[in-house]
Amino acid sequence: MFLEIKDLSVKIENKNILKSLNLNVNKGEVHAIMGPNGSGKSTLANVLAGKEDYEILDGKINFKDNDLFDLNIEERAQEGMFLAFQYPVEIPGVNITPFLHSAINSKRKRMNEEEIDNLSFAKLLKSKASDLGINIDMLKRSVNTGFSGGEKKRYEILQMSILNPDLAILDETDSGLDIDALKIVTDGVNKLKTKDNSFLIITHYQKLLDYIKPDYVHVMVNGSIVKSGGSEIAAEIEKDGFQKFQ
Amino acid sequence: MNSETLDTLDSYSKNKYKYGFVTEIANEKPNKGLNENIIKFISQKKNEPEWMLNWRLKAYSKWKQMKEPKWANLNFPEIDYQDIYYYSAPKGFEKKPKDLSEVDPKLIETYNKLGIPLEEQKVLAGVAVDVVFDSVSVATTYKGELEKLGIIFCSIGEAIQKHPELIKKYLGSVIPPGDHSFSALNSAVFTDGSFVYIPEGVKCPMELSTYFRINAENTGQFERTLIIADKGSYVSYLEGCTAPKRDDNQLHAANVELIALEDAEIKYSTVQNWYPGDEDGKGGIYNFVTKRGLCAGKNSKISWTQVETGSAITWKYPSCILKGDNSIGEFYSVAITNNYQQADTGTKMTHIGKNTKSKIISKGISLGKSQNTYRGEVSFLRKADKARNYTQCDSLLVGNKCGAHTVPYIDSKNNTAVIEHEASTSKINEDQLYYCRQRGLSHEEAVSLIVNGFCKQVLQELPMEFAVEAQKLVSISLEGSVG
Repeated sequence: MFLEIKDLSVKIENKNILKSLNLNVNKGEVHAIMGPNGSGKSTLANVLAGKEDYEILDGKINFKDNDLFDLNIEERAQEGMFLAFQYPVEIPGVNITPFLHSAINSKRKRMNEEEIDNLSFAKLLKSKASDLGINIDMLKRSVNTGFSGGEKKRYEILQMSILNPDLAILDETDSGLDIDALKIVTDGVNKLKTKDNSFLIITHYQKLLDYIKPDYVHVMVNGSIVKSGGSEIAAEIEKDGFQKFQ
Repeated sequence: MNSETLDTLDSYSKNKYKYGFVTEIANEKPNKGLNENIIKFISQKKNEPEWMLNWRLKAYSKWKQMKEPKWANLNFPEIDYQDIYYYSAPKGFEKKPKDLSEVDPKLIETYNKLGIPLEEQKVLAGVAVDVVFDSVSVATTYKGELEKLGIIFCSIGEAIQKHPELIKKYLGSVIPPGDHSFSALNSAVFTDGSFVYIPEGVKCPMELSTYFRINAENTGQFERTLIIADKGSYVSYLEGCTAPKRDDNQLHAANVELIALEDAEIKYSTVQNWYPGDEDGKGGIYNFVTKRGLCAGKNSKISWTQVETGSAITWKYPSCILKGDNSIGEFYSVAITNNYQQADTGTKMTHIGKNTKSKIISKGISLGKSQNTYRGEVSFLRKADKARNYTQCDSLLVGNKCGAHTVPYIDSKNNTAVIEHEASTSKINEDQLYYCRQRGLSHEEAVSLIVNGFCKQVLQELPMEFAVEAQKLVSISLEGSVG
């Protein structure tokens, strides 16, 4: 199994957020997790990425034959996990080029691969940016600093395409995007998809799934997955909302 | 702040100082203590003319009547001026060596270890260096080449011998010996330092640089630097400093004077990395430095850039007196304090002429249990019509046991003056660290990246040859791994 979440229960500040959650993801699959606000979707994304504010009460997560809880945030990233943030943070004065260059090399180091040199990296960055329709001028700015909501999300997808993860988690990447931006972002995801990588797409709205076709859709309510199935579930939610699952 | 962050911070605060070695070399010192005989001894060692000795003695008599300035946000025990050696030179240094073959190989080795090779062919391309070891100048590179352009770049001791007219005219003209007790002390006992004169219309084709090293124990270093840029000339100058690790505090009280005549520009950069003391606050350099530039002529410009990472105590306010109309003063500063270090640093911009402009960018980073203060004074005198100042002070706190303080004074006697002031204090942000680490960067890499980003506005003002070094130094000041 590529990613296996078993009976996961998590709390933060005395509040139980995830309750005996189970989820299996195979290589090459696209899973969508849908649910109302406050159902614990973003918590799941952050627990997977290793954010330290949560208390794991019970359960196990296996990722590529690792016990995920043995790895810290950066080790998980180096193992091929990528989280596209809902609210990417600004880092003033830090340019994307050295930032991503260090990121890609720390991953290569862990995989015992040769580091990529400055010149090749600059070329790679440029070509990926133009694939995604990102203006080269944006690469000269500091990470996320002064970016619009749409720019930040596109920038997340650019980083994802450079780091080429095995598991990409998109946390509400569609929120705050107009249709044009949404198309650019989802095009990027579709381009990246291969039979060897997997996607976990967290979303509140069905709209995103018009552009990215998931293999499975899960409905998450109150910290657990209450229903799983194919894209027909997304259509159900579109029609009737989350009411009937609660 | 979560536990992992605290662990990382803890490892930072145990950072190792990699320049802490001692060169075992026989040195020559007079007795400890400060009195007229010591001043006469120094003056005699330097083979100085009588007028110079008298200048020193006058400063000494002023010093005797003065008290140390106490307004800074610094805590340190009383300095015992009688318990310090005021002169120390490697044996056999009666005369400055003519070339490197006359220099003790141990000294050459010391500078190689510090990354400052003295052989010209190995020196950074385009940088001329004067190196000062304790109280004497060891070598000056590229001198011949500079002489062809009429540029004088030598030790201050040599300048007193060879260019008395310039020394008499300018020494003490910007920082009068009686200004305050540290300037009086320096004027009385200064030993070596650099002298630069750029003739009219000459753009100095290379970076000029001085490297200061304190080696001997219980020895104060009192360097004196004087830079004169004649009409329409330009020079960029950089100083660097290190000292061995010792348990006692050592005093460093330098005076630096800059004079820019009409249309001239001086860019002065400092990378200060004196020994900061250990993680319990033992040892380290007391760095009491007076730096002042005079924009004497119309359209002149003086720009100070400093990266202050070392010293147990830093007391330093590189300043500009903007006398010439349209003259410009700039101050760019990064000050990093860790463990028990204390820094009280900033600038003074005095607007005298019309349309004078000044710009202050200060970035303070505090870690460990350190205290970091920005102190600045911007004043506009009556005739400074349409003068402008822009000040930006940002502080970054890493951890929760350190302090950042901002003390700006503004004094305007001219109502056409325009003053802008921005200040911010922030803590290193957990979300930023999380974001960087999610991309695969280690905790230390992430902190170093964020701090370097915070300082970028200042670091990019450094000459290119040193910007990369300074970035590394910033990282080393944060890291525990290098050393």
